[in-house]
Amino acid sequence: MQVTALEGGFGNAPIDSAHAFRGVMNAMARPGTIHDLAGATPPAPLSVAAGVVLLTLCDPDTPVFLAPSRDTQALRDWITFHTGAPFSGPDQAVFAVGAWDELPLTSFPIGTSQYPDRSTTLIVELPALDNTGATLRGPGIAESAQLSLPDLAPLQGNATLFPLGLDFMFTCQSRLAALPRTTKVS
Amino acid sequence: MTDYNFAYLDEQTKRMIRRAILKGLAIPGYQVPFASREMPMPYGWGTGGVQVSAAVLTPDDVFKVIDQGADDTTNAVSIRRFFQKTAGVAVTEATTEASVIQTRHRIPEEALREDQIIVYQVPIPEPLRFLEPSEVETRKMHSLEEYGLMHVKLYEDISQHGAIATSYAYPVKVEGRYVMDPSPIPKFDNPKLEMAGIQLFGAGREQRIYALPPYTKVVSLDFDDFPFEATKADHACDLCGADDSYLDELIVDDAGGRMFMCSDTDYCGKRRKDGHVGAQGVPYQEDAA
Repeated sequence: MQVTALEGGFGNAPIDSAHAFRGVMNAMARPGTIHDLAGATPPAPLSVAAGVVLLTLCDPDTPVFLAPSRDTQALRDWITFHTGAPFSGPDQAVFAVGAWDELPLTSFPIGTSQYPDRSTTLIVELPALDNTGATLRGPGIAESAQLSLPDLAPLQGNATLFPLGLDFMFTCQSRLAALPRTTKVS
Repeated sequence: MTDYNFAYLDEQTKRMIRRAILKGLAIPGYQVPFASREMPMPYGWGTGGVQVSAAVLTPDDVFKVIDQGADDTTNAVSIRRFFQKTAGVAVTEATTEASVIQTRHRIPEEALREDQIIVYQVPIPEPLRFLEPSEVETRKMHSLEEYGLMHVKLYEDISQHGAIATSYAYPVKVEGRYVMDPSPIPKFDNPKLEMAGIQLFGAGREQRIYALPPYTKVVSLDFDDFPFEATKADHACDLCGADDSYLDELIVDDAGGRMFMCSDTDYCGKRRKDGHVGAQGVPYQEDAA
């Protein structure tokens, strides 16, 4: 194991993860809002925001799927050391990390009618993230919000599955926004 | 404080609760199962709310706890002290100053802001439980959106009492999908469930967490000819004179004397401070104690 795998974790795990979770929760509760996350410095090519989300939410109970561009030995070592999360294929993943084009959206569990919560949360790494582009409506949004989404059709399809479906987090550097299955995009 | 991990719970437990909260927010009104822990208080005293609060609190928060609207009852005081001790958070009794509010059976009178979070203590999270005792069956009913039984119950209220007699824990439908128990808040509070703040519900003994994101559509179940009514005692507060707040009725002597007073002690106290005086009230004086 390289030295870098041991570095870049939370300096003060209980406090850092509490602050990070507040950002993540606000993002998920208010789709389209962008939040800054800090506290972790994962090895490239993972973004700070994605790294912080993994440290805040992952542990040995949550299999993680790494898309090819993020599936490096350095990153595997880092995730293993800091969270203990096992790695899996998409069909077992509780969390998945990758760029938009390389995530096999139809291969992830979307929950069952009796347990819709048993679905994957996708952490999608974007080159840019800001409040322009697609219009978002739904729970958590007073009127409407705007977010630079990578694509519309798959997200519209995902929303029609409600109460089943995938939940998305979009990350770019230290910034995070989220798009739960309830949000209607246009 | 150094004797405990921040906010009492260990980190792996908090992660598990945090994941449940996120799924709860993604599926408003759906009860997410979670591995509830033993807390240093008995079930029924808010162990679910305490676990949710522990997973949500940061050291920068200002924490308020109410029990039936009051900040000064045993349950509220002990939970507030618990997080003062284990999380070192600032505490307050003022609704406007709090960033996280844990509540048992009330929503504060003052509308919550976008930067506020309210955590409900929930005894029985399943709205269908008293109609169908089997968890296997109620889970199936939720998955099939089979809520006819609930309407039959409300209908039987009308046929027996001439009106919907359910006055607390009044069932609501969230975003046109899940029927949800809003915890035993009076139905007077139901219209406030559509709010700007994040609402989290924790049921410790029943091991369920559910949530409402801000501005989520929450409709109290009713019939066209018997519409939902947010009722309260037909009175004004005898201490502060408010006629728009939810009231408790208090027996004050052995001769049947009684008075009505705001259940939200912070709201009532603020109004009295501002010079409002009710029928049996006395002008506000700074407490000598």
